[in-house]
Amino acid sequence: MILSVENVSLSFGGVRALQDVSFDVKEHEVRAIIGPNGAGKSSMLNVLNGVYHPQKGKIRFRDKEFTDMDSHEAAALGIARTFQNIALFKGMTVLDNIMTGRNLKMRCNFLQQAVWFGPAKREEMAHRRAAEEIIDFLEIQHVRKTPVGRLPYGLQKRVELGRALAAEPTLLLLDEPMAGMNLEEKQDMCRFVLDVNDHYGTTIVLIEHDMGVVMDISDRVVVLDYGRKIADGVPEEIKNNKAVIDAYLGVAH
Amino acid sequence: MAVGTLDTFPKLLMHHAHARGARPAIREKDLGIWQTWTWKRFADEVRALACGLAAEGFKRGEHLAIVGDNRPRIYAAVCAAQCLGGIPVPLYQDAQASEVVFPIQNAEIRFAIVEDQEQVDKLLEILPQCPTLRRIFYDDSRGLRHYTQPQLSSYEKLLQKVDGAFIDAEIDKGSGSDTAAMFFTSGTTGVPKGVVLTHHALIDRARAVAEMEKLTDRDVVLAFMPPAWIGQNIFSYAQPLVAGYCICCPESAETVVTDMREIAPSYYFAPPRVFEALLTQVSVRMEDAGAFKRWLYRTFMGVAKRVGTRILEGKEVPLLDRVLYNLGDLSVYGPLRNVLGMSKVRIAYTGGEAIGPDLFTFYRSLGINLKQLYGSTETSVFVCVQPDGQVKSDTVGPAVPGVELKFTPARELLIRSPGLFKEYYKNPQATAEAKDAEGWFHTGDAGYIDPDGHVKIIDRAKDVGQLADGTLFAPKYLENKLKFFPYIKEAVAFGDRRERVCVFLNIDMDAVSNWAEKRNLAYSGYTDLAQQDAVYQLVGECVEQVNADLARDSELANSQVHRFLILHKELDADDEELTRTRKVRRRFIGEKYGSLVEALYNNQQAVHVEAKVRYEDGRTGMFSADLKIRDAKTFAPAAAKHAA
Repeated sequence: MILSVENVSLSFGGVRALQDVSFDVKEHEVRAIIGPNGAGKSSMLNVLNGVYHPQKGKIRFRDKEFTDMDSHEAAALGIARTFQNIALFKGMTVLDNIMTGRNLKMRCNFLQQAVWFGPAKREEMAHRRAAEEIIDFLEIQHVRKTPVGRLPYGLQKRVELGRALAAEPTLLLLDEPMAGMNLEEKQDMCRFVLDVNDHYGTTIVLIEHDMGVVMDISDRVVVLDYGRKIADGVPEEIKNNKAVIDAYLGVAH
Repeated sequence: MAVGTLDTFPKLLMHHAHARGARPAIREKDLGIWQTWTWKRFADEVRALACGLAAEGFKRGEHLAIVGDNRPRIYAAVCAAQCLGGIPVPLYQDAQASEVVFPIQNAEIRFAIVEDQEQVDKLLEILPQCPTLRRIFYDDSRGLRHYTQPQLSSYEKLLQKVDGAFIDAEIDKGSGSDTAAMFFTSGTTGVPKGVVLTHHALIDRARAVAEMEKLTDRDVVLAFMPPAWIGQNIFSYAQPLVAGYCICCPESAETVVTDMREIAPSYYFAPPRVFEALLTQVSVRMEDAGAFKRWLYRTFMGVAKRVGTRILEGKEVPLLDRVLYNLGDLSVYGPLRNVLGMSKVRIAYTGGEAIGPDLFTFYRSLGINLKQLYGSTETSVFVCVQPDGQVKSDTVGPAVPGVELKFTPARELLIRSPGLFKEYYKNPQATAEAKDAEGWFHTGDAGYIDPDGHVKIIDRAKDVGQLADGTLFAPKYLENKLKFFPYIKEAVAFGDRRERVCVFLNIDMDAVSNWAEKRNLAYSGYTDLAQQDAVYQLVGECVEQVNADLARDSELANSQVHRFLILHKELDADDEELTRTRKVRRRFIGEKYGSLVEALYNNQQAVHVEAKVRYEDGRTGMFSADLKIRDAKTFAPAAAKHAA
């Protein structure tokens, strides 16, 4: 078990975004969180990497227990994420964006950086190599030096995944990695997500709307509706779960 | 030992490892950095690999399938097989699985060295049809860790131990008359044929041209065409081994333009379509430029067109023009050459297909020494090459030393040369048809020798036809003229034994979509854009310009294009409409779209088409659309006016 969420509740004033949600994530699995709009999926992800602090409940990551954590702590623990609406530096190149993902791994101090020759240079070379390996892995060599703002949407999403990977995370949180993509781009992205899971052994938690994608690539699925967990299981079970079907299709009153 | 007496490629490699061991042999851009293999490193890799193959049971005279893009290890595999007296069979890396079946069955191939998962999947898919295939070695292990097939193993594992004495002995056993490689022809007609070439043939031709062009070990080549194509193989394997120059492998197919700019090769070879694509890119980008830059470009390209080629050839030019050209070189041509990655190009060749004269002079007028060559797989490429100072846009140059030429009464070109192929593998009938008892190879190309002794190729002998009134119809000549316009990507001309000429066109999606954007034309995809009236208007103007040109030529005035249509889809090698080297298969297209051809000749204004399309992953689907047909304005033959 890499991560477990126990009885987490989160509210903003009168809005109860999450109510008593519990689930766990096993080492090396692809775990999906699904649910209709406003179900609390993104809130859940934000709790997981310390952007929101839940009022109740506990999060256990590896052997450590938190009632809440800060985002920089989460990052230091090896939790990386991508965002629903791409959050890259538009004016910077793909390579530079990915290099920013290695920020936490840089050890040289200000002075060494200023001198550059010596340790800082060696460090930069090592990090550049890591970034290049990710570029190679995601097949974006041809846009290495292109400013991110000039790239099509699907590629930007891939670059964002690259930046998250640059942190060498043990747990990767993906917030709608395939939103707004066409079929081909979705297929590519699915392949990359599975490759990341396989090649780097990264545990992945993802939010996704496309049911086809979710059922295809995830090992287990959590379903949220109005801030509550209504189902949890392997894709087969979820597909045939009455509560899930009702939540998605609505029920007659 | 002098290089001239070395008669096999492995011997040449060992010579270079000794003579210039520390010089670069192959560079590959990997992880964003150009990584160099010296000749020493290349030779070491080849020796280790050959030992590994021998340990696996690879025997003298046996064939080795090699599938992959330009990578140092792919070339190492070619040479390793040759060290053991084996025969490398490079296969197209973008071929579909079904296309690879024939070569493997034909040569009863047991061993394959492939680049990556894509190729592994391909070979695993056809395993049931190719029971002989026993071992598949892959270079890049990405995505393969869960594969458990017993046939699979990694390239790395072949490099375990080197037995120097053994490998030296094996290399010594080789002789120039041994088969060096087998290339499968793209097969514009029928089943592919395995062309068997000896070390002697390849080395002789490579050396003849290396001497003629004074190639040295300081030259640099970028290898970006499929290694399974003889054209690429000559420039990135045979000639480097003869001349000792360095080849560079781009990072991926998408990065070729950037890689070319970084490497700035001195020796360059590409088929016409690459030059075409580059020109289209330049034109599109110029359209996007500001008014001043556009003016600058137009003005100086005018100057270049007028005097550029004369200056390149060192001919006399008025002083004012020379000054203007130098200004142009500073402001336009130099930067343009730099963007194209051609600032250091000393010799550039094009071949494999006829090149449009306008396209050809465009590059020459920029100061790039682009020349034409003629040859095929069967002739180890070099048959004719234009020497410096004797370059013409409509010929392929005189015969390279060592080559004899003659023509049949039907104008078919026959060749006798040391570079000729030995035979078509296991196909004595085809061999006998192509190569007669006296050793003349029938090229199938029609042409003649012009007054300067240059060979001029008009078309494929079987494609040169006649219109109903008996005048000459050379479809490829027309197609090339049309394709020079940036908006037209492919053209297929019909007219043999008909009273007039009609064409199918493909618009160039990059150029036309850019044009449409500027005019706020909305469209949903290729088919929709292609069928817009404005696009027909645009393309119609191009066709009419060609007609106006043709009207000036007394021989060809009758083959002006009367009617045309824009096809609903881009012609594609996956649909067998183009060969893998992207030549149009005119006859196949004529049959496949028979109803469209009829509609062109029936005076219909539109035609309905339903077609099966094959997607990249091999699935098929149905597609239907209404295609418009337009008449093009034709011109009265203006020979008289021209003469006046």
